Amino acid sequence: MQSHSYKQRRLVIDNTQLEQIANLAKLNIADDALDATTKDLNNILALAEKLSEINTDNIKPMAHPLHMTQRLREDKVGEQNQVQIFQSIAPKIRDQYYLVPTVISNPSDSG
Amino acid sequence: MVMHTKTIAELSAGLRAGDFSCVELTKHYLNRIHNSDLNAFISVTDDLALRQARAADDKIAKGEGGILVGIPYAHKDIFCSTGVKTSAASKMLDNFISPYDATVSHKLNQANLVMLGKTNMDEFAMGSTTESSYYGKTHNPWDRKKIPGGSSGGSAVAVAAGLSAFATGTDTGGSIRQPASLCGITGLKPTYGRVSRYGMIAYASSLDQAGPMTKTAQDAAIVLNVMAGFDKKDSTSATQAVPDYTKNLNNSIQGLTIGLPKEFFSTDLDSGVASKIMAAIKEFEALGVSVKEISLPNSTYAIPTYYIIAPCECSSNLSRMDGVRFGYRCDNPKDLQDLYLRSRTEGFGEEVKRRIMIGTFALSAGYYDAYYLKAQKIRHSISDDFKTAFGKVDIIIGPVSPTTAWDLGSIKDPVTMYLSDIYTLSANLAGLPSMSIPAGFSQNLPVGLQLIGNYWSEERLLNTAHKFQMQTDFHQKTPQRSEAMA
Repeated sequence: MQSHSYKQRRLVIDNTQLEQIANLAKLNIADDALDATTKDLNNILALAEKLSEINTDNIKPMAHPLHMTQRLREDKVGEQNQVQIFQSIAPKIRDQYYLVPTVISNPSDSG
Repeated sequence: MVMHTKTIAELSAGLRAGDFSCVELTKHYLNRIHNSDLNAFISVTDDLALRQARAADDKIAKGEGGILVGIPYAHKDIFCSTGVKTSAASKMLDNFISPYDATVSHKLNQANLVMLGKTNMDEFAMGSTTESSYYGKTHNPWDRKKIPGGSSGGSAVAVAAGLSAFATGTDTGGSIRQPASLCGITGLKPTYGRVSRYGMIAYASSLDQAGPMTKTAQDAAIVLNVMAGFDKKDSTSATQAVPDYTKNLNNSIQGLTIGLPKEFFSTDLDSGVASKIMAAIKEFEALGVSVKEISLPNSTYAIPTYYIIAPCECSSNLSRMDGVRFGYRCDNPKDLQDLYLRSRTEGFGEEVKRRIMIGTFALSAGYYDAYYLKAQKIRHSISDDFKTAFGKVDIIIGPVSPTTAWDLGSIKDPVTMYLSDIYTLSANLAGLPSMSIPAGFSQNLPVGLQLIGNYWSEERLLNTAHKFQMQTDFHQKTPQRSEAMA
């Protein structure tokens, strides 16, 4: 297998930033995995630094390979509501609502 | 010739002639799957397969249906199948029994095929080795110590080891072509939008595309005929008419011009792989094809471009995995934050988390322009390079993977792993159709040849691949160990 040919140039993120990113992504990083995860992410971002070699001032961004526009359809009822089938695999429901722990705490409601 | 070495066309003829029934054929494959030690499948759907086989036998007895009636196949565990676990090889979806069919699943059911089971893959299709599956790694049938490639590794192994007549795969950055190459089978990633993505668990939506993994180009054409087509349930599905992909397979390819991108023959390319690619080019020249060197200058930026765009899209797509509506939920969450955090932290594997975090970072305030927008612009340049190239040549040819299959567990560094995708990513970024076909062996391991065509040129790609397979026998080789079984 070929070796790692892109050398890391600078650290983009530190452990504090990693914790912020993880929080945005709703992930926990264990304390003993912080250094290794930060290192991995910095290595990947170092790879991405190669992109700064190119001047892209006059190039349009490409979001979609076929340059399609969003297709519109007639505003007609199609598929019927299948809430029971789709909620049959939910972790917790009551009266067609998805149950989660209490969001606004209320001492009289255990959630 | 035993049943599991036959092509789809041969199996279909055998079923129609009454040489064997679909139930017999299905039991033969199920027996091989249960006796296999390659871990190619996450779920084996014996009861469903036998039910479908009996229905197919009835159809065949009445002389009804098309060429694919009763053909047993392996379905990548990324396509939703009603009533069957659809896990994407993740703990997050280990309990997910799909309440609906993906359009690809629906089309294969409508054509009366027999689903043998759901194949192993890298978790959420993020990987090149099928080692990141929650259900353990899959082994390469040519050498059990080697990776099968990924992410559609289980599908490639199912076909290579004679555990199914064909398999489905998905390809976001090479996930059909690279395992096809490393396992010595034929794999086709169609033009973006050719096959519906509805019900296909999303990784990177502007790159994901499903396609067939088969023994031959002819089989790929037969399967693509059923998989392809417009789907109103997929807003990026293309409206282009679907031709009969089998119709022009035998057309002469004399006069065709093949382009060899100089960037695909760099020093990173293993010499054993390079020599097989060069030998394949000689075969094409013998078929009356002219060869021209071309350049895809921006393809050298494909790796960083892809590894920004794909993680950005995955961080958005996988935000739906939150432990609320389906999938894994942590035990006894103390509040909503805890539910999100622990469900996702416990449910996702390491590589998935890594890509979600890269995407989250690259899309975050202050970094969007420098990473995501920049990568989208370079994606445009990569696509423009192909436009220029296809003004001069009909098909682009090169290697699929810089090396043959490497040892299981031998690459631990994520970036080193990403670098192995160098030759496959550009076609995804541009949205172009591309194939891998067997081109020989280097140190007893398969080498795949990559063919890239212009948009909607699947017919020409399949024709070119078929003519090559009429001249060569690499696609007929089977791993010794699979021959010894059942």
